[in-house]
Amino acid sequence: MKIVIAGNGKVGYALAEQLSREEHDVTVIDNNEDVLERSEELLDVMTVYGNGASLETQTLANVSEADLLIAATSADEINILSCLLARKLGCKQTIARVRNPEYGAQLQFLKDDLGLSMTFSPDRSAAHAIFRVLQFPSFLKLDSFARSRIELVELSITPGSALDGIVLDHLYEIAKVKLLVCCVDRAGIISIPRGGFVLKSGDKISVTAATRDLAKMIRNLDISSLKIKNVMICGSSPVTEYLAEELIESRVNVKIVAHNLERCKQISENIPQAIVICGDYKDEKLMLTEGISKVDAYVALTDYDEDNIVLSLYAGRMGAKKSVACVDRSELIPILQGWNTSSIVSPKHITVNEVLRFVRALDKSAGGSMITMHSIMDGKAEALEFEASEGTKHMDVPLAKLRLKPNILISCITHGGDVIIPKESDCIRKGDSVVVVTKADSVLSELNDIFLAE
Amino acid sequence: MNIRAIVFYIGYILRLEALMLLPSIGIALYRHEMSCVVAFLIAFAVLMIVGQGMVMLKPNDRSIRAKEGFVIVALGWIFMSVFGCLPFILSGYIPNFVDALFETTSGFTTTGATILTDVEVLPRSLLYWRSFTHWVGGMGVLVFMLAIVPSSKGSGDSLHILHAESPGPVVGKLVPKMRFTARILYAIYIVLTVIEIILLVAGGMPFFDSLIHAFGTAGTGGFSNMNLSVAAYNNVYFEIVIGVFMALFGVNFTIYHCALVGDFKSVFRNEELRLYFLILVCAILAITINILPLYGNSFFTSLRYSFFQVSSIMTTTGFSTADFSEWPEFSRLLLIALMIIGACAGSTGGGIKVSRLLILGKSAMHTLRKLSHPQSVSVLRIDGRKIGDNVLSSVNGFLVIYLGICAASIVIVSLDNLDTATTISAVFACLNNIGPGLNVVGPLGNYNVFSGLSKVVLIFDMLLGRLEIFPIVMLFSPMTWRRL
Repeated sequence: MKIVIAGNGKVGYALAEQLSREEHDVTVIDNNEDVLERSEELLDVMTVYGNGASLETQTLANVSEADLLIAATSADEINILSCLLARKLGCKQTIARVRNPEYGAQLQFLKDDLGLSMTFSPDRSAAHAIFRVLQFPSFLKLDSFARSRIELVELSITPGSALDGIVLDHLYEIAKVKLLVCCVDRAGIISIPRGGFVLKSGDKISVTAATRDLAKMIRNLDISSLKIKNVMICGSSPVTEYLAEELIESRVNVKIVAHNLERCKQISENIPQAIVICGDYKDEKLMLTEGISKVDAYVALTDYDEDNIVLSLYAGRMGAKKSVACVDRSELIPILQGWNTSSIVSPKHITVNEVLRFVRALDKSAGGSMITMHSIMDGKAEALEFEASEGTKHMDVPLAKLRLKPNILISCITHGGDVIIPKESDCIRKGDSVVVVTKADSVLSELNDIFLAE
Repeated sequence: MNIRAIVFYIGYILRLEALMLLPSIGIALYRHEMSCVVAFLIAFAVLMIVGQGMVMLKPNDRSIRAKEGFVIVALGWIFMSVFGCLPFILSGYIPNFVDALFETTSGFTTTGATILTDVEVLPRSLLYWRSFTHWVGGMGVLVFMLAIVPSSKGSGDSLHILHAESPGPVVGKLVPKMRFTARILYAIYIVLTVIEIILLVAGGMPFFDSLIHAFGTAGTGGFSNMNLSVAAYNNVYFEIVIGVFMALFGVNFTIYHCALVGDFKSVFRNEELRLYFLILVCAILAITINILPLYGNSFFTSLRYSFFQVSSIMTTTGFSTADFSEWPEFSRLLLIALMIIGACAGSTGGGIKVSRLLILGKSAMHTLRKLSHPQSVSVLRIDGRKIGDNVLSSVNGFLVIYLGICAASIVIVSLDNLDTATTISAVFACLNNIGPGLNVVGPLGNYNVFSGLSKVVLIFDMLLGRLEIFPIVMLFSPMTWRRL
């Protein structure tokens, strides 16, 4: 597909990187020459200098011939204008990033009248991801597949846990629900385990299960079923507001600590139920007074990744039962490894995935196209969802008879709404969505890539 | 410095060069040129073995940065020239290594300077190889490699190679994917070459000669299979076809792409193109008037020779229909000036390029304005787009190093004690990839008179000129090889 991306910021760059890797023709527009030069050197894309919402720039970028325009600049108005113009020029689909919560309410209206195919808000998506982590605090990470029918969760096995010393083949006897352990991180080494594998305390595992079985699984596996009641949020970014709204709606008490008095007033006006504290969240006295040691969960949403990491570690040390840090720079993520109570949410990653899912759905390849991709186990493994289509090989063949490439596991199949945790007798049928787990170094672009060449 | 990746890419280039020998082997077999068959086969085997050996050392990390890009291009061209001269040596037609290297480098760099006193005695297969190097060198072997190698997905690494091999101050892509950019460039190149071959054959030129001259024109090289070059045919039609095509190959290939996709606005508004044709037309008229007395005051005869020669020299091709060495001093100097200016950026021609001239001229105008209005602020624009300070400073740097190399080469070549016009024009003709110069190295002369040292200097000048100085200079700069 021919794709034009207006705005070469964090999200724009990550989208360009992934889309050009997926063999799309990508053109990037920005009004900062330095970032364009960087993209041109590092990625196989074309760059156009100028304002993405101007006719001249869009003509230069050949938007009229493009299949898709993604407007991802930091200004909502420019994004919407860019998309309008692109539609007028004849671009087939447009996606706009709309960040301002005030516009958020009219998104649906905007979409229809302006001919937008999709709008995305990194803040809203990040807030929702954090909310889900807080819903299931015992998991380090949750990723959903097949329209949220399947969950891939990460958890650590603590000493004395019900999972300690369990052979995978006997997992069903204690869990009482169908689960599949698809990835194990033992002392930093990732492996895809087989049935005879014995779990040990200290392992970090990644498990697939049907979403409706999650609660049962938590109960049966005796994973601490902490229920989050009180949440403290630091920082006053738009994510804070979205998250506070969602939390309050599900009757969680929210306390927000932020520097900026104006923002505090604004937040308090928008979300009257929340307790808003204006002060320095790095001030130990203040934090103790506000009860950091007694909260169930602590969420660090300041503008700086480093601050978020330090704050969430500090909260964990002070006694918060769960802490979440908002971190976009992936090189910082390994720092939080080994802290069982700390989760990381990356708005950039979530947003990019959301847009990619849409793009992939537009561009279906014959051999079973990719729908979703999540990087799991701190980026050392990947979970990919494919849709089996006409050209997919080996359909209707029992899994036991399939010859797969090494380090590849079919972890879940959804057939017409039914979630199947696959056994040897199951098979892939047309239209199924198939979740595959693999180590990060193997490159899969369609479902057929998992099979060994004959 | 990712040395293993460099070795890998050079191995790949050598393997490609081996494949390029195949047509010559075919011709040699067809015409029973047995000494050439053996020579080509040995060269083929050597290239295949060395190339394959280098490719087999597969690097784990194929990523290259600007530095590696320059080194790959510089070393690739040196290796290609060294291995490419094997057929000349092994067949015994040019037994001396330096001479054979001179001839091959002159071929690949599309210079067209020769050390042979009589090219007509060469067998067909060698003549073909000699001219085919022009065609390959014109657009560049590495660009060809980019067109066919499945690069690491989505990475922009290959841009460094395009930057280093393609001429001009600013090199950009035509389409988002590097592979397709390279393919489009080659497609335009092939189509133009084929059209020229057809036109020449239609006019009655023998097929083999048409191939040779089309290769010489396309790469803006200038090797002919005739001692007298194009003058040997004394045919106005051939001169018009070749003359027009030389001018066409001196145009930025981006222009053709714009025209193909129907963007005629950018074609007509292109400032470099307009300046290029302006210089071309002015020079043709000036020389026509200047040489009128030589050709019995016949305007059309003068125009005929002047048009062909100006087109040939400005695009740095070097075909000749007249011995311009004998022309009046004004015409001779004008031609030398055209040699230095050269063709458009992004074409197959050499020289310092019209676009650099344009940038320098505009920057000079800005300096003048600044003198009268010291507080004035202005932005350099070409085709309505801003030219950044980094481009301007790289153009300035280019010019300074260019002048330095010119001066140094002239001093070394002057050791041979030939006349000033010969010495200076030889250096200019090699550094700007033209071929023939004035007097001893004029259209009817050759470079055999120079000593081995001068030939080596001129070989480097040709490479420096074709690769636009920086890659070769980078190769020998200690900074490139330092770890940090």
